Amino acid sequence: MINRKVILSIAKTHLLTKIKQTATAALGVTFGIGAYIIMVSFMTGLNQMLDDLILNLTPHIHIYNEIQPSKKQPITLYDDFKNSFNIVHSIKPKMNQKKIHNAYPIINYLAQNKNVLGVLPQLKSQIFYIAGTIELGGSLIGINPIEEATYFKLNDYIVNGSAEALYNSSNGILLGIEIAKKMSLNVGDRVQIGTVSGTVFPLKIVGFYQSGIADVDVIQSFANIKTVQRILGEPENYITDINVKLKDIDKAFLMAKDIEKQFSLTAMDINTANAQFDTGSSIRNLITYAVSITLLIVAGFGIYNILNMLIYEKMNDIAILKAIGFSGKDVQLIFMYQAVIIGFVGGVLGLILGFGLSHLIDNVPFETEALPRVKTYPVNFNFWYYIIGISFALIATFFAGYLPSQKAKKIDPVDIIRGQ
Amino acid sequence: MRKVLETKHINKYFKKPVLFHVLKDISMNINEGEFVSIMGKSGCGKSTLLYILSTMDTDYDGELYLNNKLITRNSRQELSYIRNKHIGFVFQFHYLLSEFTVLENVMLPAKKLGEKTFQEIEFEAMQKLKMLNIEHLAKKRASRISGGEKQRVAIARALINNPSIIMGDEPTGNLDSHNSENVFNVFKKLSIEEGLSLLVVTHDDDFAKQTDRIIQMEDGKIIT
Ligand SMILES: Nc1ncnc2c1ncn2[C@@H]1O[C@H](COP(=O)(O)OP(=O)(O)OP(=O)(O)O)[C@@H](O)[C@H]1O
Ligand SMILES: [Mg+2]
Repeated sequence: MINRKVILSIAKTHLLTKIKQTATAALGVTFGIGAYIIMVSFMTGLNQMLDDLILNLTPHIHIYNEIQPSKKQPITLYDDFKNSFNIVHSIKPKMNQKKIHNAYPIINYLAQNKNVLGVLPQLKSQIFYIAGTIELGGSLIGINPIEEATYFKLNDYIVNGSAEALYNSSNGILLGIEIAKKMSLNVGDRVQIGTVSGTVFPLKIVGFYQSGIADVDVIQSFANIKTVQRILGEPENYITDINVKLKDIDKAFLMAKDIEKQFSLTAMDINTANAQFDTGSSIRNLITYAVSITLLIVAGFGIYNILNMLIYEKMNDIAILKAIGFSGKDVQLIFMYQAVIIGFVGGVLGLILGFGLSHLIDNVPFETEALPRVKTYPVNFNFWYYIIGISFALIATFFAGYLPSQKAKKIDPVDIIRGQ
Repeated sequence: MRKVLETKHINKYFKKPVLFHVLKDISMNINEGEFVSIMGKSGCGKSTLLYILSTMDTDYDGELYLNNKLITRNSRQELSYIRNKHIGFVFQFHYLLSEFTVLENVMLPAKKLGEKTFQEIEFEAMQKLKMLNIEHLAKKRASRISGGEKQRVAIARALINNPSIIMGDEPTGNLDSHNSENVFNVFKKLSIEEGLSLLVVTHDDDFAKQTDRIIQMEDGKIIT
């Protein structure tokens, strides 16, 4: 231990007397780590924002009744034609109920699964928004507002209102913001909803829904499930969709397959629904790490150079230390300490620099029509990136210091002393 | 008389640029408390021998004993420890760590040995400096003192761990006559008062005559 202290004090003295070179080497690391922190924070912030945009709106598993042609046409049931080649033209979809049969038992069953966070029933209906003589086609979705807020961040997409306000209103509607613009409606106003069968209901606007995707916002509105059931004149177990949120998104695919088999319903998992989605994120991550590692390698060469120079300048010191009883290992340790000190100081400064600049970026205004809730550039302040950053710095400097220190270890004091 | 240092049939060759038999069958010993000088023409192999005796050079044939223990085939780690504890070395050029103070230079081998607390080491270092009349330089940077002073600092450093033997390779070779005499007196005093064993390479006849014994070398051989 005493040995460590002595060696460390020698290392420190060397660094302090060559403060300019030390600072240059440390700054290389600082910029490398700083750039890594900024890039990774900003890139993942961006990724997360884009992910959220879609993931928040997309259930992990979406269960519904798909309208599709029957797989078995009547002729296949007829034994006489079993061995013949049948051609059926103009197949029409089977008149299928949109309603999910036994929806609530299925919901209860799914809710018991350990991997399930939430199971949310929805009731989708085609309606018209009526204002005076204008009739706009659209869809009204019956939901449980509180649960939607918990599992799908509904409140993030509500302007001038809240999920609670919708929940507390038996004839409230969360109107798509583009519809409201078209029809010049404000919160508190009433909007007439017409059903396919011709009946008209007035609903009170308790807020606007803004997903940021204009095509959606011009069609879609929300109300309590019960409200929609009443409008449609359907009973309380009339449910068309079940959305499932899982603890582990990776299990979505298999679970969706199970559900399809078990209940003969269509179950779409999120990965199938957004297959292209992952690639974008992983390419951005790849770029981030490629650039950061390049910067660190450059910084590493800086350290390597400066340590090599230092060792060259300190040949005499190395010979003296060895002559008075310091071992090759001790001498190597001196230079390793120097590398690691440079890495640590440079790395910590890099973290501070990265944090500072990320903070700055986080406060730069960034407004776009497509992303209504985003006011500044998204930055992800994940603690782990700082741990990775400092580990990176230490590992890079360790390797940069290793070769020169190995050289110092092998220097033969006799050669140096003779050379004088 | 106990032998501090002994060699048996040491031979050394330089292989580059051409094979060169530099030390030929060197057998000698230094007794405890003896002050021995080595003399010989330039190039006869004095320094080469001293590097072997100081354990810094391990590339030789033959046997080297320190305090009657064979240390020829010891590991580098063990030899470092032996140099630290048992051997004090004074070079022709004043080899000090120039960025450290005089006191730190003197303390360094003892800190490395780690047998005493830093306070004890500092106290002893100051005593060595006092003995060599340079205690007023203790806090000065090693690069800011004169050549003669540096050489005395180097002696103080060689003494700090109370070694079995002090070796010097022309320790006065780079000094004027006044400083040479000064350093010689220090060695003489250490030999008489402290009973220290000393082995010093020198070209100075007057210096050598005042030592207990002179080893004469010629062409890599000991002749007397
Ligand atoms: N590394 C080496 N490679 C080859 N030959 C060497 C090497 N070092 C020394 N020599 C040769 O070995 C011989 C002995 O050298 P050494 O330095 O021991 O002489 P010396 O007696 O100390 O001389 P001086 O009094 O000038 O210091 C010389 O002829 C020298 O040229
Ligand atoms: Mg010589």
